[in-house]
Amino acid sequence: MALTLVEKIFNSHLRDEPFPGTKVLDLDVVMCHEITTPIAINDLMARGLDRVFDASKIKVVIDHVTPAKDSKTAQQAKILRDWARRQRIHDFFDVGRNGVCHALFPEKGFIRPGFTVIMGDSHTCTHGAFGAFAAGVGTTDLEVGLLKGVCAFREPRTLRIHVSGTLPEHTYAKDVILKVIQTLTVNGATDRVIEFGGPVVEAMSMESRMTLCNMAVEAGGTSGVCMPDMTTVKYLWPFVEKEYESPEAALQDFSQWRSDEGCRYEQELQIDVTDLEPMVTDDFKPDQVRPVSEMEGRPVDQVYIGSCTNGRLEDLRVAAKFLEGQTIAPSVRGILSPATPKIFRDAEDEGLIRIFLDSGFCVTNPTCGACLGMSNGVLAPGEVCAATTNRNFNGRMGKGGMVHLMSPATAAATALRGVITDPRKL
Amino acid sequence: MKSFGGPVLFLDRTDINTDEIIPARYLTEISREALGPHLLEDLKLEGFDPKGDAIRNARVIVARRNFGCGSSREHAPWALEANGITAVIAPSFARIFRQNMFNGGLLALELPETAVDLLFQFRKEQAEISFDLEGQRLTIAAGGHQEEIAFSLAGFDRTLVEAEGWLGFAAARY
Ligand code: SF4
Repeated sequence: MALTLVEKIFNSHLRDEPFPGTKVLDLDVVMCHEITTPIAINDLMARGLDRVFDASKIKVVIDHVTPAKDSKTAQQAKILRDWARRQRIHDFFDVGRNGVCHALFPEKGFIRPGFTVIMGDSHTCTHGAFGAFAAGVGTTDLEVGLLKGVCAFREPRTLRIHVSGTLPEHTYAKDVILKVIQTLTVNGATDRVIEFGGPVVEAMSMESRMTLCNMAVEAGGTSGVCMPDMTTVKYLWPFVEKEYESPEAALQDFSQWRSDEGCRYEQELQIDVTDLEPMVTDDFKPDQVRPVSEMEGRPVDQVYIGSCTNGRLEDLRVAAKFLEGQTIAPSVRGILSPATPKIFRDAEDEGLIRIFLDSGFCVTNPTCGACLGMSNGVLAPGEVCAATTNRNFNGRMGKGGMVHLMSPATAAATALRGVITDPRKL
Repeated sequence: MKSFGGPVLFLDRTDINTDEIIPARYLTEISREALGPHLLEDLKLEGFDPKGDAIRNARVIVARRNFGCGSSREHAPWALEANGITAVIAPSFARIFRQNMFNGGLLALELPETAVDLLFQFRKEQAEISFDLEGQRLTIAAGGHQEEIAFSLAGFDRTLVEAEGWLGFAAARY
């Protein structure tokens, strides 16, 4: 029978079906950060269950507020750090080695096609870019995942989005996903996995695919997913070269996880991006998206480039192209947070960090920081931020603040002018 | 099993997100109780006062579709429970929020839009909802009227409510 990628993963990982429609899956990776895991650890300890199912399958990072900003965040980090040591978790990333979870873990080669992945973080869907089933969960699911290596799901149906046409200059994966969310609305993909395919997605880098999958949850999706292909193999090659004779052999193995020809999707959507404009969110919901031409001229106080959505090297390269030799508007505070130490180092080697600094940007260490309004660029009430992040909820980057989501190109153009600016006009 | 039912807080908006239910600035708390005072602190909604009596007395929330969208933080159900709110009724929920509610033995009850509209008709008075989980029906009463509405709660969701959550169930079974 022809199956979707997600159906294949569910079938191959099914541990139990305690009730019709409830599938309990074996997990390949359980990821942890310091915001949602410490409560899980404390609760497991209180229940006398301070152990883990398999330390090698648990990946831990301190990323949301790091280095700690106050006693409370220091305590959260300490609970996680002490636990990782106690449980002998090898893959633990602390200050100096840490970065935003959904950028760091793929870069370390932890995710493979066909994997099941959970984390106490809604943007875990990012890892679906590798052809994995990766879902955000709450603390209780995380506790069970850590303890037993399983998680229960209603089997999600697949919503296929076929992206065709040619991406115009100055439009990127971020513009595509904002367009998709506008089309689906904030709950259009609830209890579904969004499968991204078609020639535009096939031509995208892994980084761009991660940008797409990252925001699947903004349409309510359980996860986003892309088909593994040669791009996936090339990205993962340094981590799998001992396992396969050649990239072709790896491709053949990875291809078992592709949706079959003739599989049944619950819904299929076509999006032609040939006329796509750079997109920007308005107001406080991620489906309130408008073409930049309708948003131009709105003043911003801060421009934030970073996060698990668009804080990767290719994003920094795009923004730096606009910033090179220029200075940002005096009314704007520019903040760059490269998502991982590797990205930071590569950007440094390519001269990008220098370009940001020369243009007037502040460059922070890799962290979530301002993305969720916890540190490194929290907004004051009434302030407006142009951000490459994924959530524009009221107060997301600081109580009373407003966030406009956009691509790194649009954000850089906006930084130069101090008002929302169409990058095609610079 | 936890106890369900009591005075209702009506939140007449779709897509109420987890940042509104409990803002990220309180995620540094490592006890659930500490979240209680900040429930719905950032929700801007006409007639709603996050520090008012309606929220303090409430045991049930009735809201519009896609309640609990956004982050995966289980702090959202915890903040509700810390205020004595053990049940939320809406036409639909965001997946992670709904699962988090049941995983903690709380009730995230999906009813058709028409049934939720009917509940909203009681918003002007001091409405109370009582649940009959066995008979799968609820009763809303206010100002001398009442209505009964059937719901379905079966399988996994019902088991989690009865077992007061997923951890106990999973620890025993796997
Ligand atoms: S960068 Fe922002 S969206 Fe991504 S994991 Fe961190 S806080 Fe969440």
